[in-house]
Amino acid sequence: MQHTDVHSTPTDGSRMSKILRPLAAAAIAALMGCAPNGTGSLSPSMGGATPFVVVSPTEPREQTADQQVQHALNRLGFGARPGDVARVREMGVDRWIALQLAPDRIDDRANDALVATYESYRRPTQEIVAAYRDGQQVLRKNAKQQASQGDTSSKKDMRVELLRADPKLQEQVRQARRVVGDVQSVKLARAVGSERQLQEVMTDFWENHFTVYTGKGLTRLFVTAYDRDVIRPRAMGKFRDLLGAVAKSPAMLFYLDQFQSTVDSTHHPLREVRLPRARAAVRGKGLNENFARELLELHTLGVDGGYTQHDVIEVARALTGWTMNPRQQAEFVFRPEIHDADEKVILGNRLAAGRGIEDGEQVLDIIARQPATARFIARKLAVRFVSDDPPPALVDRAAQTFLRTDGDIREVVRTIVTSPEFFSRSAYHAKVKSPFELVASALRALGAQPDTTPRSAQVVAFLGQPIFGHQAPNGWPETGEAWMNAGAILNRINFGLALAGGRIAGASVARWPEADALRSASREQQVDGVVRAFLGGQASPDTREILSSGENPLAKKFAGSADTTAAATMTMAEDDPGPMRRAANAFTRPVQLSGLAQIVGLAIGAPEFQRR
Amino acid sequence: MDRRVFMKSGAMSLVTMGLSPSFLRRTAFGAELMQGAARHGNARGKTLICLFQRGAADALNVVVPFGEGAYYRLRPSIAIPRPAVSAGRAGAVDLDGFFGLHPSLAPLKPLWDRGIFAPVHAVGSPSNTRSHFDAQDYMETGTPDQKGTHDGWLNRYLALEGTCEAGCAHSAKPSPFRAVSMTQQTPRILEGPQATIAMNSLDEFSVRATGPAADRLEALYRTGTADVVHAAGGEMFEAVKILRAANPRQYIPQNGAEYPTTQLGQRLKQIAQLIKADVGLEVAFADVGGWDTHVNQGGSTGQLAQRLDDLARSIAALVADLGDRMADTTIMTMSEFGRTVRQNGSGGTDHGHASALFVIGGDVKGKKVYGKWPGLEPEQLYEGRDLALTTDFRSVFSEVAAKHLGAKRLETLFPGYEAGSKDWLGVL
Repeated sequence: MQHTDVHSTPTDGSRMSKILRPLAAAAIAALMGCAPNGTGSLSPSMGGATPFVVVSPTEPREQTADQQVQHALNRLGFGARPGDVARVREMGVDRWIALQLAPDRIDDRANDALVATYESYRRPTQEIVAAYRDGQQVLRKNAKQQASQGDTSSKKDMRVELLRADPKLQEQVRQARRVVGDVQSVKLARAVGSERQLQEVMTDFWENHFTVYTGKGLTRLFVTAYDRDVIRPRAMGKFRDLLGAVAKSPAMLFYLDQFQSTVDSTHHPLREVRLPRARAAVRGKGLNENFARELLELHTLGVDGGYTQHDVIEVARALTGWTMNPRQQAEFVFRPEIHDADEKVILGNRLAAGRGIEDGEQVLDIIARQPATARFIARKLAVRFVSDDPPPALVDRAAQTFLRTDGDIREVVRTIVTSPEFFSRSAYHAKVKSPFELVASALRALGAQPDTTPRSAQVVAFLGQPIFGHQAPNGWPETGEAWMNAGAILNRINFGLALAGGRIAGASVARWPEADALRSASREQQVDGVVRAFLGGQASPDTREILSSGENPLAKKFAGSADTTAAATMTMAEDDPGPMRRAANAFTRPVQLSGLAQIVGLAIGAPEFQRR
Repeated sequence: MDRRVFMKSGAMSLVTMGLSPSFLRRTAFGAELMQGAARHGNARGKTLICLFQRGAADALNVVVPFGEGAYYRLRPSIAIPRPAVSAGRAGAVDLDGFFGLHPSLAPLKPLWDRGIFAPVHAVGSPSNTRSHFDAQDYMETGTPDQKGTHDGWLNRYLALEGTCEAGCAHSAKPSPFRAVSMTQQTPRILEGPQATIAMNSLDEFSVRATGPAADRLEALYRTGTADVVHAAGGEMFEAVKILRAANPRQYIPQNGAEYPTTQLGQRLKQIAQLIKADVGLEVAFADVGGWDTHVNQGGSTGQLAQRLDDLARSIAALVADLGDRMADTTIMTMSEFGRTVRQNGSGGTDHGHASALFVIGGDVKGKKVYGKWPGLEPEQLYEGRDLALTTDFRSVFSEVAAKHLGAKRLETLFPGYEAGSKDWLGVL
């Protein structure tokens, strides 16, 4: 049983939001006067469309007050920045959670301004596709020409020469190449710098749940819109809306081949094409089950969700005609001439013959509301937020919320992150950070400036989790063991050393806000400061002892790490060995660390920092 | 010998005493370990090296069917000349009077003569896809036309073999170097729940700290609880130590082996280093690109010839360097599909169907081109344009996995592949 502090009557979740909606405005007004600036401050300019619901515990929580603050910052966000802990403590953890669940009430203009500096991230898909198409055409024409002249230079050499000769084309190709780098960089920069931390966590969650792979053909041209227009605006909305937007997104249509799926020869199209050649062209390919299968297995019902191979085929048939022209408009279109208009039966629901786009819409309606889907999504969210093996009772309640609210993601997350299980002792530090979480949390702890180059995002890739770089449709693992092996730990330790050595853009121990106070402090005080900032104030006696041992810090030794930064930057600027090599370079040269930087480097490499 | 026992027990102290792990083999203690290993079903000491030629290599110009008239009709400017009539231009290196190797593959001819090299022709995926992405995916997951497979077949192999069955749960884990990919990212073929290592170079596999910081980091993971993070960290430091003992920087290839300075050459060299260091390497992977020759692929010389030169010299160096250890090593190449039989309008070839692969190793029954040859006459081509498929790649992969590595549960390794051992070609 829980109660809210804006409405004093204890009430269950289903009634709560209904009761609270009219009260929300008053609650916000009350809050605006007292909300502190910085993390989670209410924006005076925000209208406040989302209900603000503070859920307070009715029973004591297992975690201490300090742990709750750390826990919330680590799970609803990517860890604490300097000053965050104090701000959340002052606001109250329940209030902070309520605010994170209502991101449109959080002032995030600084982050928005940063995001606005990414040129390619502002471009509509059509422009990105057009630039790519133009570049390809010129290259192709030139290739033919050269072939007819008997030139045997390789495609790559030819491209280099051609680009050198044509600055405009060069610029276009450069822009096209930036698309993926920019979207990766934006995503990390937001995780590091956005005040709307839960919004970022949920965007990351759904981009992994509905994963696409930039290495598959043209998918790379569509990830900008996928992140910006498809996932992000719906990450805390209704599941059905998100599912529909994903199903119609060029990124997913391309990645899982749905755009190529057509009525097969044994069924009738909704509209006959008269010309035989045109008919052959549109109907030549036949059914492609790829998206239909993953839609059921990975996106909604789950592998044991009670569907059959027959359902997969029927769903694929219902979705025929959901397509696009990836090299032209690159937007969703329903084409009746390739839609299978015969009757289908899906999970016991009969879809009458002769219908069009509504077949697919109804399929999404059906599967989005299945109890199996509710449970599958609820469990996956509980794994992300609570533990690798979340308590079944919590999963049940979250699934009930899903069904009761017609798949309101915000309410499912609220059920999870306000639960006693979330604040249990066993959930504290129970999750292993993914590489993305590791990098974001380290940069946040250091108070780093978000890096608008692709480099920091390449570091995430180097650690084994390239953004939009998971080839298979199941996405990155949400559980810990997968990230923990000898090679992974090594790269993580080296990341900590590289970061403390000033080799990651935007981050430096010298500019760490806590550094001024700690620089001339004793080693013990430095260790305390680092443990507080990076390890949430809790380090095992062993870790603390190891951080503490060693020579006393000397200010000039610490200043030495600034030289390392300069040297590293110079080496990287020499020539362009490719982004992956650049990321690797940050790791490959040994780092000499001492003083505070050494403690920071050790702390990031410590077992405690691998957890959240 | 059993790498797991070796990892956790005496080996580390021997290493710190300055003795190389291979020393273990020759000690009484080592013999004891090997007996223990036999009980755990991991005493084979075999290594499989998989090489992926990404981009679809043009099989017909790799293993050249110079005995086919159609070959020369369909490829007027890019065909490799017959061995006998190769005046001026280098001709195919004759293997059996019908097939020959591309002249750039001449460094592999001695392996053929030694009987440890078996090309397999008209092999590939039964899927009709001509998408690089899908076809590579199928070959790496081992499940053609099944897109839902989450793990790679080599990772499934790791789960099959070597994991302790009931009764040896107390003994330690497999070597962290059991499966190594010399690539930046873990390739699809090794993706899955079993731990693998992907790295650009052996040099990178160390803690990049100087002075006391490295020792302190190690201490962080030596202490504390037996959770997943500590376990992985502890294992990592052992692995780094093993590698340091193997001293990769001082490595000198043996038997006059000369690796090309190419990425492939260097990566194969490092695989050889790992094998010789006895770090428990069972499955190694490397890939090499540049095979998607739509334009100007050339004939005896040119683009494809350059790629093959790198491939042949790299493999030849690896085989030479490994010397006697080739008895326990199999090298297997693969490429996602072949290319059109006809050359296209740009002096290249487009995406095709069946391809060719190489199996090289001490237990290979070499000096024979395997696979049923489907012919190149119009009615013999797949969809009227491509080399037809007569051997499923899973036939070769499963035979190698079973006979070389000792894999038993082939239905787990290649789910849905019903032919099982019936379709094996007898390459090994």
